Amino acid sequence: MAQSDYIIEVNHVSKQFEDGKFALDDVSLQIRKGEFVTILGPSGCGKTTLLRCIAGFQVATQGDILLNGEDMTSMPPHLRPVNTVFQKYALFPHLNVYDNVAFGLNLKHVDKRETERRVKKALKMVSMSDYEYRDVDSLSGGQQQRVAIARAIINEPEVLLLDEPLAALDRKMRSDMQLELRDMHNKLGITFIYVTHDQEEALTLSDRVVVMREGKIQQIGSPTDIYNEPKNCFVADFIGESNILDATMIRDCKVHFCDEDFECVDKGFGEDNEVDVVIRPEDFYIAESKAENKQQEADDPWQLHGVVSSCIFRGVHYHMSVKTDNGYELEVQDYHAFEPGTRVGLLVRPEDIQVMHKERLCNAFEGEVLEDNKVLFLGEEWDVLERTAERFEVGEKVEVEVDFDHVNLLDDEEEGVLSGEVHFILYKGDHYHLQIRTDDGDDIFVDTNDIWDKGDRVGIKIAASWIRLYKTEQE
Amino acid sequence: MKSNSIIQNRRTWAWPYVGLMVFLVVLPLILIGIYAFTNQQGDFTIQNFVQFFHRSEAVNTFIYSIAIALITTLICLLVGYPAAYIMALNSFRTPAVMAMLFILPMWINFLLRTIATVELFHMFNLPLGEGALLYGMVYDFLPFMIYPIYNTLQKIDISLMEAAMDLGANRRKVFTKVILPLSLPGIYSGIVMVFMPTVSTFAISELLTQNKITLFGSLIQRSFGEGGIAMWNYGAALSLIMLIIIGLTSFFGNHDTEDINR
Repeated sequence: MAQSDYIIEVNHVSKQFEDGKFALDDVSLQIRKGEFVTILGPSGCGKTTLLRCIAGFQVATQGDILLNGEDMTSMPPHLRPVNTVFQKYALFPHLNVYDNVAFGLNLKHVDKRETERRVKKALKMVSMSDYEYRDVDSLSGGQQQRVAIARAIINEPEVLLLDEPLAALDRKMRSDMQLELRDMHNKLGITFIYVTHDQEEALTLSDRVVVMREGKIQQIGSPTDIYNEPKNCFVADFIGESNILDATMIRDCKVHFCDEDFECVDKGFGEDNEVDVVIRPEDFYIAESKAENKQQEADDPWQLHGVVSSCIFRGVHYHMSVKTDNGYELEVQDYHAFEPGTRVGLLVRPEDIQVMHKERLCNAFEGEVLEDNKVLFLGEEWDVLERTAERFEVGEKVEVEVDFDHVNLLDDEEEGVLSGEVHFILYKGDHYHLQIRTDDGDDIFVDTNDIWDKGDRVGIKIAASWIRLYKTEQE
Repeated sequence: MKSNSIIQNRRTWAWPYVGLMVFLVVLPLILIGIYAFTNQQGDFTIQNFVQFFHRSEAVNTFIYSIAIALITTLICLLVGYPAAYIMALNSFRTPAVMAMLFILPMWINFLLRTIATVELFHMFNLPLGEGALLYGMVYDFLPFMIYPIYNTLQKIDISLMEAAMDLGANRRKVFTKVILPLSLPGIYSGIVMVFMPTVSTFAISELLTQNKITLFGSLIQRSFGEGGIAMWNYGAALSLIMLIIIGLTSFFGNHDTEDINR
């Protein structure tokens, strides 16, 4: 077998729980020796499950996990050359600091003097040298964390797994520990796989970031890649702050949004195709508009004009919302404050416009035509127009399409044909793009101007005239 | 002002209980002490204790009782620990129901249970005697062993076991290095909870051995019951000896529990 560069290879791993839910859905990931990889995502995205599959506490339902090219999918945890730093430290309360750290060596029957030497070395590494005989309960959170790290690295694992190790620490302590972890990674030279929901932590620490959502990997890349070139709206929204806007790619290097044409550097999106663009708030140039009338404005170099609607001091910079003349609300950051009400011009450089494929252009479902101008999809019967239905035979399978902005959301879930919960919200400058998860676990995407909160229960209704049917393509 | 008055109030609330305790616990204890160290005429003497240590029959009963109590405790531990372990750590869908099933017999008066046990032995034509006595004691006191152990086991954080596995421990090592030491407080209180009542019981032995085997508890009971007032001083001395034994065991239990918890 060819020796691969990868220390850990995760191949098409899925993990399905007893209730049928997928915690991991066809995840593939290769990790090189000595890399610092962070798995990042909101809670419930499967990041901890992936880590636990690598540690051996959970067994993947499908796929395999290789270590140094050898399959270890079903190897029990105690035989794996990986060690874990647990989220809540999991220090043994009946042992003192020394015995906690020596635990792994004692299991291997390493002789006393060697054990002592290595425990001292490990404790020195985490700056806990004077605490050897302290009870673990008497230590602060940060100190317990250090002991947990010492306990994990003393076995000299090839891979160190860290499960949100800094989540329980306060902000200041967390940033100190981040630096120490980086240092430690450099000194030890082993592979770190780090799980966190904190995007700042992920960007600070890692060589590579793996962004996950709902059991699927969204993007893998260096922190700069992930930040500057997010692959989709979710990544753009999750990492840092961003303006995400609907746009049309006119042709290579030319994109249209906010009713204006912009130069950009992206190619290969075709012509007149709908796309999403991402502009980071700090990438806008902002200045007070000196123009006295529309005619002058048209001649000045600013691409967009608008009025500042709010301005918040954030320490290093000011964060402003700008309402553009054509009705878009954009987030802008600058070192200078522009008071609300100020008329400003905005400019963005071509290379700061990130163009992304849209994941979908409209809602698409599989359906079946029923009698009386009804169609069955998403487990419910929906009315369609007679002229739509009469083109199909009763019982025929069809593809159903509904535009995002033609789905109605109702406060009273009983009133809808279907009910669901607001699952994900994206602000698109002039409207919200919502993902509604129905009670059966299907997703409906909705464009709306109404404000909903995540978790709101809604009724879903679609007017008959907006349901389009297409023949299912036969194979 | 207000909180102060509440505190005062609470202190006042305690007085009836203190009174009750003095009347029902402290006073009888003092009486036992006085009786144990006096003769019938009320003069000070240690004759009651001398008498006990000179009667080989009494001393033998004493040692036998402790031995029976120890064996019962040991069997309860050997049977109870695995039961508690299975309930607490295994994937029973309803561990609470299982725990309930073990606790349920305690809802029935133990005399009734013991009499039922006698009938059971009769039904299967089994001889009453030492074996029946041990069976009855284990049956009666097993829940007192299971429950505290179940409780401590249940509270052990699963991530501790995962941490042990992660550091290279196989299943057996996880048990001996993590689960067992962490469940010691439960074991100690289980031992105390079983040993204390078994060493002093008399009804179970009388029923299940048909008075063939006399335990220390029976000895005390007889001194007060059948012996008439003449035996009260001797009985008090025996009670005091047992009190010291029980006191010592619970002392040992508490001490070690604190040690583990600290």
